[in-house]
Amino acid sequence: MTDPVTAPHPEPEPSPGAAADAVVDRILDATVRPAVGAPRGVVVDSPPGAGKSTLVVRAARELVAAGERLMIVAQTNNQVDDLVDRLASKAPDLTVGRLHASDGRPAAEALRHPNVTAATKVADLAEQDVVISTSAKWQWVKTEAPWRHAIVDEAYQMRSDALLAVARLFERALFVGDPGQLDPFTVVGTDQWAGLSYDPSNSAVVTLLAHNPQIEPHRLPVSWRLPASAAPLVSAAFYPYTPFRSGTGPGDRTLTAAVRPDGSAVDAAVDEAAEHGWALLELPARHTVRTDPQAVSVVAATVRRLLDRGLTAHSEQGSTPLSADRIAVGTAHRDQAAAVRAALVGLGVPVDPTAGPAVSVDTANRLQGREYDVTVVLHPLSGRPDATAFHLETGRLCVLASRHRHACIVVARAGIAELLDEHPATEPVQLGVTVKFPDGWEAHHAVLAHLAGHRVALR
Amino acid sequence: MNVSHIGPPEPLAQRLAELRGPAPQRSLNARALAALAANPGCRRRAVLDAAGIDKGAVAQRLGRPAPFGQSPFAIARGTMFESRLKADDYAVLLEPLRRHLGLPSDGAAPLAVPDLLRRSGPAVRAERTAAALAEAAADPSAWTLLDHPLLRLTVAGSPAYLEPDAVVVHGGRCTVVEIKSFPVLDGSADPAKVGAAARQAAVYVLALQETAAALAGTTVAPGPYAVQALPGSPELSVLLVCPKDFSNRPTAVSVDIRRELATTRRQLARMTAVDELLDTLAPGTSFDLAPDQAGLPTRPVAELADAVESVPAAYGPECLSSCELGFHCRAQARCDDRVEQLGRGVRGELGSIRTVAGALAAAGPAAAAGDRESDEAAARLSYAAALRAEALGGCAG
Amino acid sequence: MSLLGTLARLEAVRSGRAEPLATVRHRHLSDRPMVVVPLTAAGESGAPLAVMLGTDRAAPRLHIVPQPLNRTLRFDHLAGFAADLLPYLESFGADVEQVEGSEKDPETGEKTQVLRELCADAPQVIVPNGAGVHHLALLGRSTRFRRTAEDADPGPYPAPARVPLLGRWLTHLTDRAQVPGSSLLLPMTGLLARHWATGQSQLEDQHLAALLAWHPRPEALRDGRADGGPAGAAAAELAETARDGHGQLLHPPAGPATDPRFDELVLAPAIGRYDAAVTALRDAGPQERERAQRYVDRTVERLTEALENVLLPTWRDVWHGLDLLRALPPAAHLAERWEGDRWSYTGHRDRLAAGEPPQPRQDDAVTAARKLAQREREQVRLDVQEALDDPLAMAERRLAGEAFTGEVVEVVPDHDTSGRTPKPRPLVTVRTADHPHADLGREAHRTHTATPQKAVIAAVDQEAGTITLRVMSGMGRKKEPEPGSLPEPGERVTFTLFELTARQSAPLPEPDDTPWTHGGPPGPPDHARALGGAGAPPAAPLVAGAPRPSAVPQSPDASEEWE
Repeated sequence: MTDPVTAPHPEPEPSPGAAADAVVDRILDATVRPAVGAPRGVVVDSPPGAGKSTLVVRAARELVAAGERLMIVAQTNNQVDDLVDRLASKAPDLTVGRLHASDGRPAAEALRHPNVTAATKVADLAEQDVVISTSAKWQWVKTEAPWRHAIVDEAYQMRSDALLAVARLFERALFVGDPGQLDPFTVVGTDQWAGLSYDPSNSAVVTLLAHNPQIEPHRLPVSWRLPASAAPLVSAAFYPYTPFRSGTGPGDRTLTAAVRPDGSAVDAAVDEAAEHGWALLELPARHTVRTDPQAVSVVAATVRRLLDRGLTAHSEQGSTPLSADRIAVGTAHRDQAAAVRAALVGLGVPVDPTAGPAVSVDTANRLQGREYDVTVVLHPLSGRPDATAFHLETGRLCVLASRHRHACIVVARAGIAELLDEHPATEPVQLGVTVKFPDGWEAHHAVLAHLAGHRVALR
Repeated sequence: MNVSHIGPPEPLAQRLAELRGPAPQRSLNARALAALAANPGCRRRAVLDAAGIDKGAVAQRLGRPAPFGQSPFAIARGTMFESRLKADDYAVLLEPLRRHLGLPSDGAAPLAVPDLLRRSGPAVRAERTAAALAEAAADPSAWTLLDHPLLRLTVAGSPAYLEPDAVVVHGGRCTVVEIKSFPVLDGSADPAKVGAAARQAAVYVLALQETAAALAGTTVAPGPYAVQALPGSPELSVLLVCPKDFSNRPTAVSVDIRRELATTRRQLARMTAVDELLDTLAPGTSFDLAPDQAGLPTRPVAELADAVESVPAAYGPECLSSCELGFHCRAQARCDDRVEQLGRGVRGELGSIRTVAGALAAAGPAAAAGDRESDEAAARLSYAAALRAEALGGCAG
Repeated sequence: MSLLGTLARLEAVRSGRAEPLATVRHRHLSDRPMVVVPLTAAGESGAPLAVMLGTDRAAPRLHIVPQPLNRTLRFDHLAGFAADLLPYLESFGADVEQVEGSEKDPETGEKTQVLRELCADAPQVIVPNGAGVHHLALLGRSTRFRRTAEDADPGPYPAPARVPLLGRWLTHLTDRAQVPGSSLLLPMTGLLARHWATGQSQLEDQHLAALLAWHPRPEALRDGRADGGPAGAAAAELAETARDGHGQLLHPPAGPATDPRFDELVLAPAIGRYDAAVTALRDAGPQERERAQRYVDRTVERLTEALENVLLPTWRDVWHGLDLLRALPPAAHLAERWEGDRWSYTGHRDRLAAGEPPQPRQDDAVTAARKLAQREREQVRLDVQEALDDPLAMAERRLAGEAFTGEVVEVVPDHDTSGRTPKPRPLVTVRTADHPHADLGREAHRTHTATPQKAVIAAVDQEAGTITLRVMSGMGRKKEPEPGSLPEPGERVTFTLFELTARQSAPLPEPDDTPWTHGGPPGPPDHARALGGAGAPPAAPLVAGAPRPSAVPQSPDASEEWE
């Protein structure tokens, strides 16, 4: 396989900023000033950290400036609160309504702004420029819709049936999301609808595009989050047909340590990651339970050393010390996250955000849309005797490998490449279902091949 | 599909022939190659398949024959469907191809069906196919149907010959057509069968990529997402032609096989590692059944069992429906008390515990202390056992 | 499989017999179930070969197709199947109760009281395995659109009158079977696997006889052996593979597919003899007719006998399975869930009575979304109810960290005084050995209370093994909690971190209001699948310049051939 990281760009390109601006301008034109007869939907594919939220804020401002009132649909309460917070601070001139369920209080960060109003009934928010809620809440809104425009955020995480329930509320919509993240899912059988364009368990965007083939998705071409060390790998492994690049160049993002390494493998991995953006901290091969105590304690020790070694993150935004709240630990399962949290508490690392800056420890599902300076990832296949569809899911690995601005340290048992090679390839194929690329198996191989160059063995 | 290995005996081929003994080599066809992906971790299957050994005969001799077979009704139905499609100069087959490939209706562009020398030997046929493909690809406006072409694919250093049902060439590119007798009902079909057909077709596409590369004097480009754009290169979608609904009329559906192609490519590349597996075998190991003049095996069962046992298997219950040795390996797994007899997924919860007795001991009250990791697995098991006993009111556990 | 399920399987390996996975029966069992054991003809999807059915284990009814390729014989077979099945299905339609409900007036929006009919009981069909359910679905699909001689335009091959009706019932039953916890149509392998673990894998459990081999054989089925024969894995392997001197399986698979060697050595020759007899009858002169007819009858008898021999072991197995299940006490929520099945049955009865057309080949966007919502809601309800009904099911949730059981060690009265009147917000501390994912502030629900009781995790002390909850509701409306509404110290309590009721599904538009994102209101059939998916970039087009698959509607259903 050609190494995706060293593959040269085919021709000289405009600067990342100029390329991204050009795309954003086209998107805003299509959204705010659609041509006569243009499709009713605008779809924007955004790879990790490509300025999706910034785009949503700009589109909201321009639509309101053009005299429109706007509804925004996000998928989780966290996403809604983040968006409210961001919109209210970036656009203090807008009035923002936060529609929420009666049994769920919005987060304090969302409510601290004077231009934000929260309510459980949409009628109480009728005067607001922008009303934001989850798709679950919007589905219950009965009112004759006063909105012509909607923005659907994280649209690839939204299920087709949810869009079916809310689409009556708006005439036109901007759909923004990351096709590489985790797909929506259900625990009940849906085989009978497989291959139908409106399969209710599909992602909303898949259904929308199937029924509106004239919509050409836009693509944000630059990741501002991922460093130059990560964007080429993430692009090649997870977005093989829709490549993107990093907004910063090699050397623009660095990590420096105040404390010299103590000679341990953990410190060697920290240094490797600081220098190259990646490290694979590899434990001896062994089949383990999910909450592999050794791997968990290595993850915790790595976080401890990241804090103890006085790291500073230097970037285009200046130099800031690496504090606990800029570090995340990503796992596949909740019990793994719980085990890591317990181990961190044992090492005196703060994990409770209500008590001050704390390390985030969560599953891939919950880390979607989040951003940190350094991440420590417990590899989903570490110690497993077999790979399952869950562990191989492309989106899971993609989320875990694309949360960081500086560096990512992966902790894993040796033997994953062999595990992948021995994985039975007997997947069923449903007629009419578009094959999702890349395949998780292939993506895992690509990431592993790259990590092998940054391996630190732990004995 | 009648396919065989042909070529100068290479050292690897020589070693494999010794394992097989004088029995005729079981040919590796596309279905067999695709089946390698069903359990790529099984060394036993890898060695026996690479050596072309009749696993069914081995299983029979070991006393646990494979229960596989095809009903004569199913065979008759398949044959009837394919012959119906190809009757009257492919009239019935052309109908769905027309819809899917844009083949113009009668007269506008004649369909060439070159003679592929089906009565000749495989090497000649493969050469003829390659020549016909080159000729057909040279004229982008022509429509050519290659009926049962023979393709050459190098597997583990020796050539295998594969025979797709049909290949259509137009616009300088070709499309694999695979005829199956399972129905497409209201636009959907049995996903397991479509998956198997896609893996089989992926082998043909790979062989066609090799053929096109050979014609262009180059090699197949590496990388899972590499696109080959040579004269005669295969499309990465194939056409499945199946009975429509409950009728005998055909319908064609396009199946994207890029994922299967990537998997097949990697699995076949791994087959070269078979000589490493052979290195671990004791000298003189043989799976020869030593048939007498009547063809009945005379090889002592215990001896044969030992030979089979000397190559480790990766048994899982899926093997029962995909490998002739499945029942034998299950008996072994049960005999060895291995947890895999309950399914592959079970191991994920048991960590490094490999036996039923070991797991039950860990679940028991007096679990022996091991290292932290096995403690963790044991602690979970014993917690589960306590919950179970509590729920059953002390009558179990 | 969960760790508890794995543990039960491990125990079954050791004991050589099935081990319990439930302390109660989690599916409704009818007093008068209809057992249906179908067989298919190999090579063709949904082609019937035979069916054995009945409500009396001593009197199975058998219908066969002597020549599976003959359309007329298939219809005769299906007409016979319908004549046995439909009266059973319809027999539950007459006995109804009146249920009060409210309906919204579509114009004024006012709610009015209405009385609705609900059938007092509903039919229950038991098939051997999941493949049997699938086969009935195929039969339903292949027959419900057939035209009959009674239609205005019967077409060239009219089906017997009741065959399309059979198709509509089979479609309804198999569609309902997709709803978690439903019991109108159940596969026996699934029923047994829910309640007992065997010492083999889930894949092997699909073989009904092999699955039952892990249960002690009742006297009547012991084949004359005093000890009941081998147990566990050995018995299961015998059920899977043992053959007689003619190469025929002693315990043929529960179908609906037959053993290929049966097809080859028994069925094909018997069908051949039948074909020859029919040919002879056709060619027979007037004097030979009677003899030729007798010969045809004899070949049919031979075929019937062969198929009966193949079906009877499975027939007995299904009834044996019912015996095993009946020995378990019913779970507390069975009647509530069975009411859902009764509504489903009543609804179908009403649609038939109203003369509605057969179920379409494919759901439209809104119907698909509604069905998915229903299935998800019912799955949640099933999971909750099973956990409440069965300590072993609750143990699964406790092991998963979703619930905890323990002893109350302290109850401290406290109040919320932020409002006008103080509200009780007592603190309950529970000592537990469980390890729930009890994040601070997370909601918990106390089980088995008269009124729902919600609490919030207030403190977790891992070293002491205690969890403190602030009780938020279920204590009455007064300043102090109603007596008995709070647990006492020393009492064993269970709290779940999941809600104890399924949430309502959000409203969906009417099919005629399907929005533009989903293609607008449903158009001609087959439109949806022809559009294909989108999302990831498509593979290179098949041939440059080739048109995309057309969205032209396919030929109408009734013209489908059977050849």
